[in-house]
Amino acid sequence: MPDASSPIQSATNAARQGDVVGVGSSAGKGWFYADAVKEHFFRPKNFMQDEAAYGDAAMGMVGSPACGDAMKIWIKVDPETERITDLKWKTFGCGSAIASTSMMSVMITEDGGKTLTEARKLRPQDIMERLGGLPARKVHCSVLGDKALRAAINDWYRKNNRHDQIQVEQGRIIDKVLKITDHDIEEAVLDGADTLEKVQQKCKVGTGDPSCIPEVEQLIRFYMEKFFGANSMGA
Amino acid sequence: MNSSRLIYLDHAATTPLDPRVLEVMQPAFADTFGNPSSFHTVGLRAKELVAEARASVARLLHVREDEILFTSGGTEGDNMVVVGIPRAARVQIRQQCGEEAKPHVIASAIEHHAVLEPLLSLQKSGEIELTIVPVDREGLVDVEAIKKALQPNTVLVSLMLANNEIGTIQPVADVGRMLLAWRKERKTAFPYFHSDACQAAEFLDLNVEPLHVDALVINGSKMYGPKGVGVLFLRRGVKLEPLVRGGGQERGLRAGTEHVPGIIGLAKAFELAQAEREDECVRLTVLRDRLVDGLLQIPKSRLNGHPTLRLPNSANISFLDIEGEAAVLYLDAEGIMASTGSACASASLDPSHVILATGLSYEAAHGSLRFTLGHSTTQEDVDRVIEVMPGIVERLRRMSPTNLDMKYFL
Ligand code: FES
Repeated sequence: MPDASSPIQSATNAARQGDVVGVGSSAGKGWFYADAVKEHFFRPKNFMQDEAAYGDAAMGMVGSPACGDAMKIWIKVDPETERITDLKWKTFGCGSAIASTSMMSVMITEDGGKTLTEARKLRPQDIMERLGGLPARKVHCSVLGDKALRAAINDWYRKNNRHDQIQVEQGRIIDKVLKITDHDIEEAVLDGADTLEKVQQKCKVGTGDPSCIPEVEQLIRFYMEKFFGANSMGA
Repeated sequence: MNSSRLIYLDHAATTPLDPRVLEVMQPAFADTFGNPSSFHTVGLRAKELVAEARASVARLLHVREDEILFTSGGTEGDNMVVVGIPRAARVQIRQQCGEEAKPHVIASAIEHHAVLEPLLSLQKSGEIELTIVPVDREGLVDVEAIKKALQPNTVLVSLMLANNEIGTIQPVADVGRMLLAWRKERKTAFPYFHSDACQAAEFLDLNVEPLHVDALVINGSKMYGPKGVGVLFLRRGVKLEPLVRGGGQERGLRAGTEHVPGIIGLAKAFELAQAEREDECVRLTVLRDRLVDGLLQIPKSRLNGHPTLRLPNSANISFLDIEGEAAVLYLDAEGIMASTGSACASASLDPSHVILATGLSYEAAHGSLRFTLGHSTTQEDVDRVIEVMPGIVERLRRMSPTNLDMKYFL
């Protein structure tokens, strides 16, 4: 049996057994999402209302590979302490995307704000845990905000001429013919592809260069475990 | 939250059970519980009830009783046809078209998943050749396009009567006539013509003669009948390899003890739907047009589907810069139940294949909302939607980083 003790894991399992369900306090009450998700979805915190006032704030923007959604994040940073004192966002996405970004904005700015270094360590799993879990096929929505945040942090360093601090995530090329990186595979897995065949449907990896297939399979296992927990394969 | 009345506008997903249907079903659960295959009194009574239901459905479709098969619903009926007909035709096609020849099937791009998925799977496994014919901006199939796709080995053409997502009514009778002429000319029985009529059963005349179909599928759950039961009309002489084998029920084409209460309920629901259909069409058309006109007042919105050749209860509208699932959840909080073709809302994270097939952008599919009206819908309900929708769109647009221009609707 998969370990059902973590909220993410139990959300994942529940979502795979039946259809999507909420977990934690809302389990069984029939609402699609957990209560915390609902709260952040209907009463989103810190969403951007006045872009003009943030003209020179650091900004990050990403699009979701899974479903064509977009997200923008603005941060204000105290240059002394390097703490993020303010985070505003806008998102074009589903309930989970809205709720995860809203929750992330709270987690980053609460208790005086996280430092840039701390903020970079925030994982999508942490956001999901605070939300009481997300259905399996919604996990990728929480990754969106995280990526936009890291883009905004880079932008802040860029604006402050601290180029050495910029961390670019450059994927490692796996399929040399089609130039498919480990990030592409990660995204396919987040997008719900849990077998080689399904990953190939999304990005054709290995069709030009079959020699990379064993590595692709290994990566699928790795990302499945990372996002959906141990024993999630073949569940 | 503001209004206590629940406004159910998702009748294309499923309809509530009509109390008149429930009434005729109830005795069949406990009193006439028999197995129609048994030779004793309880069994015989059940058998009579199934026979009556079959006769009633046959009358409404203008077909013979032995051409009616009861199934577990629309999905099963569609699968039986699109899998069973090519399989049964395999040998004949090989004899006529050569050892290498496979049965060829034509289906429209906006068929229900219950048609497309089994066909794609047969294509993948190499059992059939498949041609998917496109639709135009309004979701209409072109008869000529189907004609052009015909091959000597074509065994089946599948075209739904009305689409479940955008409500477009297809030229099924025209395609039927064209196929009839083609077959006559070539003196062949193929291709057979199948139509999924699940969404249409409540609103259109289902006399199959003028439609010239050889197979037609309806189900209980879309016309105020029970879920888990459906009808497959299969013209006499059409060969079909069964999917479910066993005790030989339903002419050996669909084994399994009959779902007697469901069958009785479906027959009653179909009878009521057809009897009341003309009045209901008039009433719903007025309400639907009011809803569409009201919602199109919202900036950057567009009606999906055909302006006139559409089901009287169906309104599908796209709003740019918002995501449909979020809108559905906000509507739900207002007590209004609708659905969306957004990628985010689908299990596969793919946007509606129907809206994309009409050539609309991914973005437009993303912000599509479907409202399907029904018996319970009143003018107050429609006005309530028109009242709350602008606020919801506005709220979601304020949260959205995109500001797409109207070219996404072109
Ligand atoms: S943003 Fe598309 S599923 Fe969440």
